[in-house]
Amino acid sequence: MSQDNAHAEHYHPTWKEYKWVALILFLITVVEVWVYYIPELVASKAFVPGLLIMSAVKFAIVVMYYMHLKYDHKLFRSLFVGPLLVAILTLLGLLFLFSKIAIRLSGGG
Amino acid sequence: MSASADAAHGHHYTTTGLDNRKIAIWAFIGSECMLFASLISTYLIYKGKSIVGPFPHTPWTDPSSGKVFPAILNIPVTSASTFVLLMSSLAMVLALSAVENRGKPLPPGAGAWDKALTSSKLWLWMTCLLGAGFLAFQAYEFTSFVHEGLTIRRNLFGSSFFTLTGFHGAHVTAGVIWLGSLLAIDYKRGLQPSDALAVDLAALYWHFVDVVWIAIFTLLYLIPG
Repeated sequence: MSQDNAHAEHYHPTWKEYKWVALILFLITVVEVWVYYIPELVASKAFVPGLLIMSAVKFAIVVMYYMHLKYDHKLFRSLFVGPLLVAILTLLGLLFLFSKIAIRLSGGG
Repeated sequence: MSASADAAHGHHYTTTGLDNRKIAIWAFIGSECMLFASLISTYLIYKGKSIVGPFPHTPWTDPSSGKVFPAILNIPVTSASTFVLLMSSLAMVLALSAVENRGKPLPPGAGAWDKALTSSKLWLWMTCLLGAGFLAFQAYEFTSFVHEGLTIRRNLFGSSFFTLTGFHGAHVTAGVIWLGSLLAIDYKRGLQPSDALAVDLAALYWHFVDVVWIAIFTLLYLIPG
């Protein structure tokens, strides 16, 4: 029963899907590098969040399709996403602690 | 299939019904997330705190000698190495797919490309070569940085940069060795669908190395200090 469960979770994408995934990853990387060379975009407030979002999308695509976590057992998802969240929160906590990022409250005294 | 029969076939199922080696690799990858988060945190905390240059995104003039150090990061070269690593991930999934589908008949009218897709040796070679190519780019980058005056002891940027990218390079090196061992097995006796899990474990590690680089490329190279 349990082995059947394991085999049922064994779907992997096909070459055609992999091809599209690679193309999307390539295009996002091209956009990331392209915006780096546009001084107006680098100076804008959307530059850093935009790059972080594009990077997060690439990260998620690789994890979901190439690492086939989208199709895999939820235990594997927990084993990856749990520590990843701890890692991200630790990173953010350290950046707050060392004043690299801050929450600005408006209207305060 | 009984537990003893599974063991005879090399399966290691746990009470969850999942192979313990796959659980182990995901737990390992989870722990690696925290390792790289600590290294990235260190880099970000030290970012902009270097007293002397060279700096990553801006030129610096040495007040004692008057020598001008240009911004040291070479984005075109690193973009090329990023592309190489992304393509290695594509080659890796095709290697795994070739092993899983070994022995299956090709569809009628299959061309040379369809035949190439069934060659695990070809895609394992591609992955190894692209991984080695990435390491060559890194060796070039490290060498040029040292020639331009940035060493691991020069400033906080140098210390955190070489530590983070060096750790990542060491992981890529381990991945290339792992893939090389799979390639050796493939030449010796041919990887069969029953070996798919062994290839899958290497593939998961390889893709993890890729996603770490995705984060590093954005946080270190593209976001100015």
